[in-house]
Amino acid sequence: MKKKFQIEVDCANCALKMEEAVNKLEGVTAASVSFIQQRMTIEAPDGSDFDALMKEVVRACKKVEPDCVINL
Amino acid sequence: MTKKQEKTLGRIGAAGGLLVLAVVAAPRLPVPAILLFLVPYFTIGWDILWKALRNIKNGQVFDENFLMAIATVGALAIGEYPEAVFVMLFYQVGELFQAVAVGRSRKSITALMDIRPDYANVEREGKVETVDPDEVAMGETLLIRPGERVPIDAVVLEGVSTLNTAALTGESLPRDVAPGDEVISGCVNLSGLLRVRTTKEFGDSTVAKILDLVENSSAKKAKTEQFITRFAKWYTPAVVIGAVALAVLPPLLLDGDWTRWFRQALIFLVISCPCALVISVPLTFFGGIGGCSRAGILVKGSNYLEALARTETVVFDKTGTLTEGGFQVTAIHPQECEESRLLELAALAESHSSHPIARSLRDAYAAQLDQSRVSDVEELAGRGVKADIDGMTVYVGNDKLMEEVGVPWRPCHRVGTTVHLAGKGEYLGHIVIADQIKPDAKAAVAALKRAGVRQAVMLTGDAKEVGQAVGAELGLDQVHAQLLPADKVDRVEELLKGKSPRGTLVFVGDGINDAPVLSRADVGVAMGALGSDAAIEAADVVLMDDKPSKLAQAIRMARRTLRIANQNIVFALGVKGIFLLLGVLGRANMWEATFADVGVSVIAILNATRALKENG
Repeated sequence: MKKKFQIEVDCANCALKMEEAVNKLEGVTAASVSFIQQRMTIEAPDGSDFDALMKEVVRACKKVEPDCVINL
Repeated sequence: MTKKQEKTLGRIGAAGGLLVLAVVAAPRLPVPAILLFLVPYFTIGWDILWKALRNIKNGQVFDENFLMAIATVGALAIGEYPEAVFVMLFYQVGELFQAVAVGRSRKSITALMDIRPDYANVEREGKVETVDPDEVAMGETLLIRPGERVPIDAVVLEGVSTLNTAALTGESLPRDVAPGDEVISGCVNLSGLLRVRTTKEFGDSTVAKILDLVENSSAKKAKTEQFITRFAKWYTPAVVIGAVALAVLPPLLLDGDWTRWFRQALIFLVISCPCALVISVPLTFFGGIGGCSRAGILVKGSNYLEALARTETVVFDKTGTLTEGGFQVTAIHPQECEESRLLELAALAESHSSHPIARSLRDAYAAQLDQSRVSDVEELAGRGVKADIDGMTVYVGNDKLMEEVGVPWRPCHRVGTTVHLAGKGEYLGHIVIADQIKPDAKAAVAALKRAGVRQAVMLTGDAKEVGQAVGAELGLDQVHAQLLPADKVDRVEELLKGKSPRGTLVFVGDGINDAPVLSRADVGVAMGALGSDAAIEAADVVLMDDKPSKLAQAIRMARRTLRIANQNIVFALGVKGIFLLLGVLGRANMWEATFADVGVSVIAILNATRALKENG
C-alpha cells in the first residue's frame, strides 16, 4: 500500500535526512521525500496500520528536522 | 511569498537597521560595543542558534544552523561584531532568496503539469451538477462546454466539437469528435457543447495515469542525484574537521597567531554548506522532466533521462513506429485507362468487403461509391474478388487470380501488396498498397544521427524486401526483417552486447505487443500512447503522439538537463573549492565567504530552472 502526504520542509538537505530516517523505520517498505514537490510517499505492506505507522514517521521526522510539518 | 517568508523579510529589515545604528552608535556611547551589536544579532539569528542547539540535542550535529552558529559566535568571540551580525544577516537573506526561487520554480513546474481537471458537470436526475471528477462513476453522463477540460475518458453521445490535445501531446493539433467517438481526459473542448458518457472512473482515466506517472517520477533517481546525496553526507563533516584542523594545526606547528587561524577556520565553515548542490541538482532533473512532459514526452524517472542522454543505439519497431501501421495506396499503374478509372473500378469491386485492403482502396477513392453499379459480387478466398460493374465483369485480386482467368499480368517494382485488375479478358493494370512511412520518419532518423546516435536499427516482422526498402529510404544502419516477437528480444540482446559500456540502447515501439523488448532495452520508449494505457504502463518513456521525431527532441532535452546538472555541480564545487583555498591562504574574508555560499546556491537554482524549457 502506498500513500502520499503533503509536507512542509524548508531545506533540501533536511528533506534528505527525513527520507533517510523514515526509510529506517520498521514497517516502512520504501519512503521518498521530495523537497521540490513537498511530498512524502510511504509504502508499507498491505494491511498495516497506517495511522500508527504515521505517528512513528512524524516522530522520526521531527527528530531530524523539528520544523517540518506533515499533513496527515 | 509565504507568511513565513514575509516575516523573515521583516526581521531582515529590522536587523539591518539595528546593525547600521550599532555601527554608528558604538564609538559614541559609553556602553561596551558588543551589547549594541548583540541586539541585531539576536534579532536576525535567534532561530538559527535555537535550531543549532536543538539539533545537537537530537544528535544532528553537522547542519548549516550549527555551522552558522559556530561561525558567528566565533566571530563575536574574536571581537568582529559587525561581521558576525552581517554574516547572519546575509545568510538569512540568502535563505529567503533561495526559498522564494525554489518556490517559484516549483510553481512553474507544477503549472506545466497542471492538466488535472478541476470539476465535472454531471447530469443527475435531470439536473446538471458540478462535482469533483473523483465523485463521478463509470457510465454517468457529463456535459462538457466549450473551453472546459475533458475530466474523464468518455464516449460522445451528442454534439460535435474540436478538441485541443496540446496538454497531452505538446502540440496543438485539433482533433474532431462526433457522436460515437472517444474523448480523452486532459484535452480541452474548443468549439461545441458535448454530452458524453464516461467509460472509466477518474482514477483510471488517461489524465490521472499521466499525473501519477509524472508525480512519481522523482522516486527513480539519476546517478548524478544519488551521487549528490552521498556526497552531501560526508562533505559537511569533512569541512568541519578541516576547519578544526585549520584552527589548531598551523598555530601549533608554525607557532602562528591563534586569532588569525581561528578566523580563517570560521570562513572555512561558512562555505561548507552543501545546499547549492542538494537543491539545484534534483531541481534540474525535476525541471527537465517537467519540460519534457510539457512537450508530450513523459519520462518515468530521472534515471531514464540520464540514460536517454547517453543514447548510442536506437532500435525501432517498424509498424506503427516508423510507418503508419495501416495500408494505403502508394501507386496506381494503369495499362491503358486513367488512374482514377482504375481506382474507381477497384473501389467499386471491393465496395462490400471489410478487408483492410478493400478499405484502403475505398479510402483512396474518397468519393461516394454508387453501389447500384455493382452486381454479382463474388469473393474468391485467397485470390480476390469478381464483380460486374456497369455490366462488365471485373476481376480484382492477386497474381494467382490473374493466372486463373488467363490474363497476362505484369509484376510491379514497387514494394507492397500488388492488386491486379482485369476486365473483358484484358489486363487493366495494378494498384500497389503499402504501409506508408510516417512523414517525419526520415527527418527523425537524420535528427538522431545529428544528435550523435551511432546506430539506428529497425526490427520488423515483415518481409525482407519491405524492410530493406523502408530501411534504405530512411537511412537506417541495419534492418532485421522476418522476425517473430521472440526474435526481436534476441536481436536486442545482440545489439546490447555490441554497444560500448557507457552508451545506452533505446527501443522504440508502439507499446502494443512489444512489452518484452521494451523492458529488455536500457530505455523502452512507447509512442502514440494517447489513449493507450498498455503503452503508458509498459514503457520507461512515453511519447504521447505518434511522431518519431519526438525521440530526438527527448534526447536533446535529456542532454540539456544533464548538462545543466553538471554545470551546477562543477560551478558549486568549483566556487566553494576556490573559496576554501582562499580561506586557507587567508585571502577571503567572512563577507565574501557568505556570498560564496549563498550566491552560489541562488545562481545554481536559477540555472536549474532553465531545464524547464521545451526546446532542446
